[in-house]
Amino acid sequence: MGDAPRPAPRTHVKKLGDSLLILALILAIWQGLYAYAGDVAISSPLNTFTFATGLLTHAPFWDHAAATLLAFAYALAISAAAGIALGLLLGLRRFAGDVAEPLLVSLYTIPKVTLYPVMLLVFGLGMSAKVAFGVIHGMIPVILFTLTAVKNIPPVLLRTARALQLRPLETATTVLAPAVMPEIITGLRVGFALTLLGVLIGEMFASQRGLGFLIINGINSHDVRMTTAVAVIVVVFAVFVNGAMLALDRRVHHARA
Amino acid sequence: MSANGQAHTDFHATLRAVTRTYPGARPVHALGSIDLDIARGEFFSVVGPSGCGKSTLLDVLAGLSAPTTGRVSFEGKQVAGRVPEGVGVVFQEDASFPWLTVYDNVAFGLRRAGMDAAETARRVDYAVGFMGLRDFTHAYPAQLSGGMRQRVCIARTLVLQPRLILLDEPFGALDQQTRLLMGDELLRLWRETGASVLLITHALDEAAMLSDRVGVMSARPGVFIDLVTTGWARERDSRIVSDPGFGAITARLWSSLRTESMKAIGREA
Repeated sequence: MGDAPRPAPRTHVKKLGDSLLILALILAIWQGLYAYAGDVAISSPLNTFTFATGLLTHAPFWDHAAATLLAFAYALAISAAAGIALGLLLGLRRFAGDVAEPLLVSLYTIPKVTLYPVMLLVFGLGMSAKVAFGVIHGMIPVILFTLTAVKNIPPVLLRTARALQLRPLETATTVLAPAVMPEIITGLRVGFALTLLGVLIGEMFASQRGLGFLIINGINSHDVRMTTAVAVIVVVFAVFVNGAMLALDRRVHHARA
Repeated sequence: MSANGQAHTDFHATLRAVTRTYPGARPVHALGSIDLDIARGEFFSVVGPSGCGKSTLLDVLAGLSAPTTGRVSFEGKQVAGRVPEGVGVVFQEDASFPWLTVYDNVAFGLRRAGMDAAETARRVDYAVGFMGLRDFTHAYPAQLSGGMRQRVCIARTLVLQPRLILLDEPFGALDQQTRLLMGDELLRLWRETGASVLLITHALDEAAMLSDRVGVMSARPGVFIDLVTTGWARERDSRIVSDPGFGAITARLWSSLRTESMKAIGREA
């Protein structure tokens, strides 16, 4: 409790320092891993950066990146839209929600790779399988966060909506939606990471295009620099987007905390 | 805000043989039978032991829940299934919308009704000023105290110019001093708007100080066991507590309520 609030600039400097420290630590571990396992398993940080820079200026790489981004965009849009819609429905129909919630939690914990053969038979190779795989990873957390948010709305807000003579649709758009928004943004943040994971796994197993394919192709043709570089690029992308969503998340929660 | 509705004789809201039973494996008879006439422009308070059905009475009168038997009407029309236009409700719990600023909270109902921006701004500014929230117009509820949030809720109701205002223990969570001052604001609001007020409260002094009439309810199922007319002038405020009549009214409320409150406690123990 004795911790006085620090002046903002020092906090920023401290945060930056912490981030740099973590980055240095990661690079050190990476370099250590490289020293231990050697060129056959992983390429060194310096080699990877040189290779990645070359890759980023190479047109075919962007075709693959575009394929992944497109699949990811579809999957995320479906996860978000269907997840929010189902979450709202299950949250409002309390009984259905009580039945569905434990089922969803169980589904969430299943290693979804085990479903992959089924997904392939249903959706075939290519775009739709990738998207479907992204969706089954990403949608469940969005449903669960939305459902919980709806269940936790203070009943007095809904009574207020009725006292203000709001019609059901108006209640949904002007009271329900903003009340659950912060939790949904948290759900989307979690859903984002898992959707990306799903799409990449999908590409690894059943695609001729995309960053996941580049990784698995690198493994198959023993191109260690390629696998390491693509993995690093994906990680950097994910960290940045996640950071942006975390900032949004905090902002939305902060305004009402 | 104009003082509308100056007719004195007609009843503004009426409950006839109203009961409310909560269904279930063991149905709970919560309320009634209640007969009540609220005159136009009257300030009516309801006191009663905890769990006696005071809030149920408000819900039924507001149209938030339907009576099991009996009839509720507002301005001559039956209240059925929804809150009628012209009725404003303020709840005990904090019902301010945490995602909106004070201004947007207060403007909520007006925007929904499609009122133009200039008139909305005029009414919101007035209500915000009236409720002493001028310095907090652009603050979020999280930045306000409990009493200020409750004032936001009152202002949100006030801008809609309700002709009947129902308040369910709106000051229940506030300290005594704040409650007295909020009572003064409520009286001022009541005088300036000319609205009828039904106030649910557990505070006998609050009921005695604010009301034209006080209804005393029994333990569950709640029925009126006493109706006390205070005879205060319309121009009044919290200084009324030093009037000898105030003590007499409070004493009468308590003598009516004492056995009922003991019943309620005995039942809960």
